[in-house]
Amino acid sequence: MRSLFKIALRNLRRYTRRTLLTSLLIVVGVVMVLLFSGLAGSFKSTMIGLITDSGLGHMQIHRRGFVASIDSLPLNLNMSPEGYAKVLQTLEAEPEILASAPRIKLGGMLSNYMDTTSVRISAVDPDRELAVSPGLSGRLIQPLINASLLAPGQVIIPERLARGLNIEPGQNVVLVATNRDGSVNGGQFEVVNLIEDVLGPQGRDAYMHIDDARTLLRMDQQEVTEVILRVRDFQRLDRVAAALESKLAGFTTSQGAPAFELHTWAKLSPFANIANMIDVLTITVKIVMIAIVLISVLNVMLMSVFERVREIGTMSAMGTAPRTILGLFVIEGGLLGLFGSMLGAGLGLAALAAIKAAEVSISFARMDNLVLRPSIDPWEVAAILGIVVLVAVLAALQPAWKASRMDPVQALGHV
Amino acid sequence: MALIQLNDVSKSYQVGQISQPALRNVSVDIETGGLVTFVGPSGSGKTTLLNLIGCMDRPSSGRITVDGKRVDNLGRKASAAFRGAHLGFIFQSFNLLPVLTVYENVEYPLLMIRRAPADQRQERVLRILEAVDMAGQKDKLPDQISGGQKQRVAVARALVTQPKVILADEPTANLDTETAKKIIALMREMRDAFGTTFVFSTHDPRIVEQADVVHTIVDGRLVSDSDFALHKSSGGADHA
Repeated sequence: MRSLFKIALRNLRRYTRRTLLTSLLIVVGVVMVLLFSGLAGSFKSTMIGLITDSGLGHMQIHRRGFVASIDSLPLNLNMSPEGYAKVLQTLEAEPEILASAPRIKLGGMLSNYMDTTSVRISAVDPDRELAVSPGLSGRLIQPLINASLLAPGQVIIPERLARGLNIEPGQNVVLVATNRDGSVNGGQFEVVNLIEDVLGPQGRDAYMHIDDARTLLRMDQQEVTEVILRVRDFQRLDRVAAALESKLAGFTTSQGAPAFELHTWAKLSPFANIANMIDVLTITVKIVMIAIVLISVLNVMLMSVFERVREIGTMSAMGTAPRTILGLFVIEGGLLGLFGSMLGAGLGLAALAAIKAAEVSISFARMDNLVLRPSIDPWEVAAILGIVVLVAVLAALQPAWKASRMDPVQALGHV
Repeated sequence: MALIQLNDVSKSYQVGQISQPALRNVSVDIETGGLVTFVGPSGSGKTTLLNLIGCMDRPSSGRITVDGKRVDNLGRKASAAFRGAHLGFIFQSFNLLPVLTVYENVEYPLLMIRRAPADQRQERVLRILEAVDMAGQKDKLPDQISGGQKQRVAVARALVTQPKVILADEPTANLDTETAKKIIALMREMRDAFGTTFVFSTHDPRIVEQADVVHTIVDGRLVSDSDFALHKSSGGADHA
C-alpha cells in the first residue's frame, strides 16, 4: 500500500501543472464552502441568539389556541392561576430548563397627552424576565439601574415609537387598555427606558410590570398569557421540547383536549424560514463544491489513464493484479482531493479569521451594526475534507476501473 | 516434457465483419534453457504468438502449456497471476515505469507482484543490477539513462523474479548495433547464469545469428524449424 501511495504521489508530481490546476479548482470549491458556511452560519446563529435572548426565549408555553389568535392578543386565552401552577410544577421537574418567566400580553393605546398610538405590551416579572432573556438589557438605550429592568409604575417603550411621539426617558405617558369584559382602563406610567427593535414577533413590544398589567386589566386572579423558557443547552432544544410537550399533554381540558401548547422559537419567529433557507443554500453550495471536485478529478483521471495506457499495459503484462492497478488510480484521485481540500481548508479558515478580525458589520431588517463573527465548527471542516476526499475517490473509480480492465495486448500496442 | 508446448494453435481477430487469421494451426515445443527466436516479416504473427505464450491473449483454438500448466483458457485474474509468477517480459520500447528509479523499476515485480520481503528484494535487486552492470545507475530515473541502459534495466526487471521463461518482443529494434549485441550477449549470460529460457520475436538478423533455435513464421504459419546446429552447419553465423 505504501508503494502504491509513493507511485501515485510521483505520478501527481509528474504532471505538475495539471495537478496544480485540478487542486486549484478543489481549493476554490472548499474555500467557497467554508466562507459561505462560516459567514451564513455565524449570521444565522447571531440572529437566532439575538431573537431568542432578547425577547422570544427558547420556548413558550401558552394555553391551547393562543398562538393561532396571537395577532389579537386574546385575554380570554390566558392561563388560570391553577393552569400556571401546573406548568410551573412540570418545569420544576425538568432539569434541562434553566429559567422560566411569566408574561401577560396585551394591546393598548399609548399617549404622550398630545398624540396617541397603538402599542403591543409584554408585561413581565423583571427579575425572571432577565433570566430568560439575558440579551434584553443589551437592547436598552440606557444602562440598567441597579440591575433592574423596571419597577411598578414604569414602562419601557420602543425607540422608534418614542421618536415618533417625541418621548424621552423620564417623561410620563398614559396607557389605556381594554380588559376581557370590554371595559377600558388607563393609567399613568413613567418611561424608564427605550428599547431597540429586534426581529421577531415580540421585537417591537413595550414592556411594563406584570403587576401593573393585572391592575390595568382589572384581573381578579394571577393569570398569565405565556411562560417563556430558557434551556441549558440550546443544541438539545428539540429534544427537551419534545419531552416537555409529552408531559404537558397530560393536562387536558374538561372536554379532554390538551390544555397547553408549547412552541419553540422556530415555530414562533419568521426568521426560522430564513434560517432554513440559509441551510438549504449551504447545502447547495456544498453540492456545487462536490460537482466541482467530481468533474475536475474525473476529468484529470480520465486524461491520466488515457496518457498512461502503455504504462498500464506494461504493469498488467508483468502480472500486476487488476485490483492493484485500480488502487493506484483511486489513490491518485484521493490524494488530489486531499491536497486540494487541505489547502482550501487552510485558505478558507485564514479568510474567515481575517473577516472576524476586521469586525465586518451588516444591517438586517431594522437592526444595524450587526457584527459578523464568522466561525466554523472543526467537525464541519473535517466533514468537508472527508466529503472532498470521498468524492475525489469516487470520481477516480471509473477511470481506475477502466485502467484495471485494460487488455494488456491492446494497451501495449497503444500509440 | 517441453517447457512450452503449442498444439494446433490458431488465433483470428475480428475486423468488422471479417475474421482475420493471425496464427494458423501452429504446433511447436520449446525446451528449457535456450535462446529461441520466432522470425518473420511484419504481420506474420510473431507478436501474436508471444502474446499467447505470455497469457496476454487467448487462442481461438488449440492448446498451450507453459511449465506444465495449461494457459490457453485462463481468465483475466488468473492469467495476470500466472504471468507474475512464471514469466518475465522485455519490450521493444523498454517500457520502464517513468516515475520509478532504475532500482525501483527492477524491484517492482518483487514488490508489487510477488510481495517479497524487503531484505530479499534488496539482495536480489542489487545482485541483478550488478549482473547487468547497472548498479551504478540505480538511483537514476529512466529518462536519465540511454536506450541501451534502459534495455539492460528491462532485462534485469524481467530476470529479478527468476522466471523460467522470458518473452521478448523485438528487444533490439530500438537499439544501435553495438548496444544490441551487448544486450544479446547479456541475455546469453543471464541464460547461462539463471537457466532462463528466452523466447524472442524478431526480424533482426543480429538476434537470429545468436539464437539456439529459430522458428520462421509466414502468414501465421510455422514454415520451418531450424535447430541452431543445423542452421550453423548450413552456413549460419559463427556462434561461441
